[in-house]
Amino acid sequence: MADELITPDELLSKIDHRPSGAGWMDTPVDIRKGMYCYASNPKSVETLGLPNARAWNPLDEDWKLPENWQQIIHEGFKERLEKFRSFKVFMDICVRCGACADKCHFFIGTGDPKNMPVVRAELLRSVYRNDFTTAGKILGKLGGARPMSLDVLKEWWYYMFQCTECRRCSVFCPYGIDTAEITIMARELLNLLGLNIDWIATPVANCYRTGNHLGIQPHAFKDMLDFFVEDIEEVTGVLVNPAYMEKDADILFITPSGDVFADPGTYTCMGYMLLFHYLEEKYGLKVTWSTYASEGGNFGFFTSHETMKRLNSKMYAEARRLGVKWILGGECGHMWRVISQYMDTMNGPADFLEEPVNPITGTKFENAVSTKVVHITEFTADLIRHDKLELDPGRNDNQIITFHDSCNPARGMGLLDEPRYVIQNVANHYYEMPANTIREQTFCCGSGAGLNAGENMELRMAGGFPRANAVRHVHETHGVNMLACVCAIDRAALPASMEYWVPEVDVTGVTELVANALIMPGEKDRKTDLRGEPLPGMEE
Amino acid sequence: MKDKNKILAGLAIFIVVITFPFWFNLGKAAPAPELELTEKAKAAKTCVMSKEFMTAEHMQLLDVWRHNVVRGGERMFVNPDGRQFNMSLSNTCLDCHSNKEKFCDRCHDYASVRPYCWDCHIDNPKGE
Amino acid sequence: MNKNYMVSLIAVIVLFLIAYVGTQLGAGVQMVFGILVPYLAVALFVAGFIRRVMGWSRSAVPFRITTTCGQQPSLPGFKQAKIDNPSTTFGVVVRMFLEIVCFRSLFRNTKMKLHGGTKMTHQLEIFLWVGALAFHYAFFTVVVRHLRFFTEPVPFFVTILEKVDSFMRIEILYDAVQAGLPGVYMSGLVLVAAAIYLFLRRVFIPQVRYISLVNDFFPLFLIIAIAISGIFMRYLTKVDIVAIKELTMGLVTFRPTIPDGVSYLFFAHMFMVSVLLAYFPFSKLMHMGGVFLSPTRNMTGNTRQVRHVNPWNHPVKVHTYEEYEDDFREKMIEVGLPVVKMPEEKA
Repeated sequence: MADELITPDELLSKIDHRPSGAGWMDTPVDIRKGMYCYASNPKSVETLGLPNARAWNPLDEDWKLPENWQQIIHEGFKERLEKFRSFKVFMDICVRCGACADKCHFFIGTGDPKNMPVVRAELLRSVYRNDFTTAGKILGKLGGARPMSLDVLKEWWYYMFQCTECRRCSVFCPYGIDTAEITIMARELLNLLGLNIDWIATPVANCYRTGNHLGIQPHAFKDMLDFFVEDIEEVTGVLVNPAYMEKDADILFITPSGDVFADPGTYTCMGYMLLFHYLEEKYGLKVTWSTYASEGGNFGFFTSHETMKRLNSKMYAEARRLGVKWILGGECGHMWRVISQYMDTMNGPADFLEEPVNPITGTKFENAVSTKVVHITEFTADLIRHDKLELDPGRNDNQIITFHDSCNPARGMGLLDEPRYVIQNVANHYYEMPANTIREQTFCCGSGAGLNAGENMELRMAGGFPRANAVRHVHETHGVNMLACVCAIDRAALPASMEYWVPEVDVTGVTELVANALIMPGEKDRKTDLRGEPLPGMEE
Repeated sequence: MKDKNKILAGLAIFIVVITFPFWFNLGKAAPAPELELTEKAKAAKTCVMSKEFMTAEHMQLLDVWRHNVVRGGERMFVNPDGRQFNMSLSNTCLDCHSNKEKFCDRCHDYASVRPYCWDCHIDNPKGE
Repeated sequence: MNKNYMVSLIAVIVLFLIAYVGTQLGAGVQMVFGILVPYLAVALFVAGFIRRVMGWSRSAVPFRITTTCGQQPSLPGFKQAKIDNPSTTFGVVVRMFLEIVCFRSLFRNTKMKLHGGTKMTHQLEIFLWVGALAFHYAFFTVVVRHLRFFTEPVPFFVTILEKVDSFMRIEILYDAVQAGLPGVYMSGLVLVAAAIYLFLRRVFIPQVRYISLVNDFFPLFLIIAIAISGIFMRYLTKVDIVAIKELTMGLVTFRPTIPDGVSYLFFAHMFMVSVLLAYFPFSKLMHMGGVFLSPTRNMTGNTRQVRHVNPWNHPVKVHTYEEYEDDFREKMIEVGLPVVKMPEEKA
């Protein structure tokens, strides 16, 4: 893949943000290599029992659709208009002011006018007008309406999988129209016809069966953490002892499986293990992992509301089974959108759990009294504020850090200051990126919502450009060399994006920085950080 | 559903607000004002211009008169029929229409117009 | 030449001519345009508006999908953005108020620029916000001012608004052009200027041109035409105001009448207003009602604190722990992971 990828300069020179020529309705979709993800594996679709599992290829003329596919779409559309006021209102009230256009990282990075959030929604809205409004039925194309056709369906598929549901456009929309909501509905409709992408369908099937997206079976999961135990001992001299599915532990910890699997997420995972070991040694806090609920992320969210609920159910089910007091959630983006805005509604009420209190500090997490899930940076920030962690921020002195707000915790929760507080207490060199690119205005990594595949690398790099551009700015002005984040997809996606756009910058999770600074009881003279890089002053 | 009640309440308020003119005037006839002409006006038969012109354009005419008198020192107005008039609100207009309340004000009040003629001019120069 | 705005422009011109020429044909036609059409338009507006909003209200709100635009309520020491990420009804009310009255989200608007094709910046872009605010407030003022034609006696708030709106005076007295009386209403001029700005950005900004439909140009042209015909009647061609008020008062008191001396331009003006009213509920103009119902703005962001109930929370098929253990029991035991049932019991 990488060898075929165009260079950053080529990519930038291709972008033209001034659409011209025929209107979008008269421009047929061109499914282009590098921009789309492979079709879902029928086995994965079958595992979930989702409809119309079959082998198909987006590049083929024939998508092997069911006979009555237009009827399925029409009825699915109708059902969702009734079930989701968001969908119905957003179909009706857009005035096409264009404020959202240059807010989308995919439009900025590709210049493809159909990646403007407003046009992405219009792809659906045009069919909505035709099928469900009087004006659309009378005026037809003149009124912005068009009938559903195979070309329209292909266009939907292509562009709904070029949206990462990051919600940046919804911040700027005067009516709060949320393209994520549009994309979610469109993907639900496409899934009715079996038109998912494999990078979503297979992780979902894996997660359903094995408890995590990567399909790691329980014994392998334990093996992987055992590797980290060895690595941690090598770096710190401390033998940590993670607990698995321990009944009556205080806290169930759930994080995305990506952190168990791939660098640099693995270092964040080691960070969790060190932190929990520290808390157990010092304060007797018992945190348990679970292999059944070994996935924080939820690719079901990128498939349909129903699939999201099916995967998410494991969190509460496992917490109830183990009899823990509450759940601690790791660093993940869309996981926190689901926990924050869906979980309690879908699978709650969690009346079998306790209102979360940090037993070490006595702090009650008032903001999570119903959901009973606390974010790891909220938890760590509380520990730091009460001076419960012995820290040596100097160990992170080689890192000049900036923080990338992940879309979902930023715009679907409001977790903004906690990670910053933690970073600034475990490291000495911290700089913010420009104001219009952080906090609620943060740019997506370019690979969220299930688009982190290999085959769509050009799309991912294009979508990652706005974020990378802001990173490059602080790299050039402040010498920033480390991009911190609280999202496993970020940790998987941003290294590639940084290598492409700003090769001098590395990516880290926040808890990795915490663990590097954390002075473990009984630790040896630490010479390196968790990555095996020499600590400041230990370079020889 | 609680939410539905809120929407209904909002909708009701909206409907009440936009139908304001209908219920505000309920039961009122509000006919157009009848103007009273003084004997002198009746006798004169015509004004300085036609009735239709005066109805729509009198304010503009008066503005031009004021401009010509005050800025240009010109006092004579000749209408299309060739008749001459002194360009003067007090001495020409109010000479016939000496009943401001029953002539000027009735329409001005009806149309919610507040001319500033009377900021300077007294409405009854002859003191009748 | 853009087809979308040419179609809209022609449509508005045709509408204007239908009424302007039609009403010259006789009293019967005047009854249609002066009485029948306005009543129909108002009925369509009210019924259509209610139908649309009730349609929205019938759809469920399954999840609280607030777009959080600031810091969440958190531990002591972290300052919550109480308006942008509200956790109380009061916060939501303030957020909605600022959104609806001040167009707060639009105020955030930025413009992306690629410098030298490689360096990107995002700078504040305030003109859309200014234009939109000017347009809506001018429109609102114009509508309220027109109550003087629909009320008798004219209520105090209308007269106050008229005074404020007309506090500036201009006087143009040439032989060719004469204007100055009656006093100049700013709102009318601002309305036309803002609407023209909104039109021009649809024509000259390539991205906005690309997304603009007939549905976007038509109401703009219609509003511009309505405003200009009004301005014409007030300052240039002059009409018999008293006769017009007699007509409009007849409508609102349900004693419809067509007095003598109502100008054709007025009939055209009123016909275009009627078209706008009738068109309103079937168009994007319904954003007026919809903005109140946007789920990303009108709900609290404290979903972790207070459970939101989904009215259609269907049960789903899940993969239980027991099924999971059945799948992997041997492997779990092998690496020492705890299991609930031992394999012997399985058979």
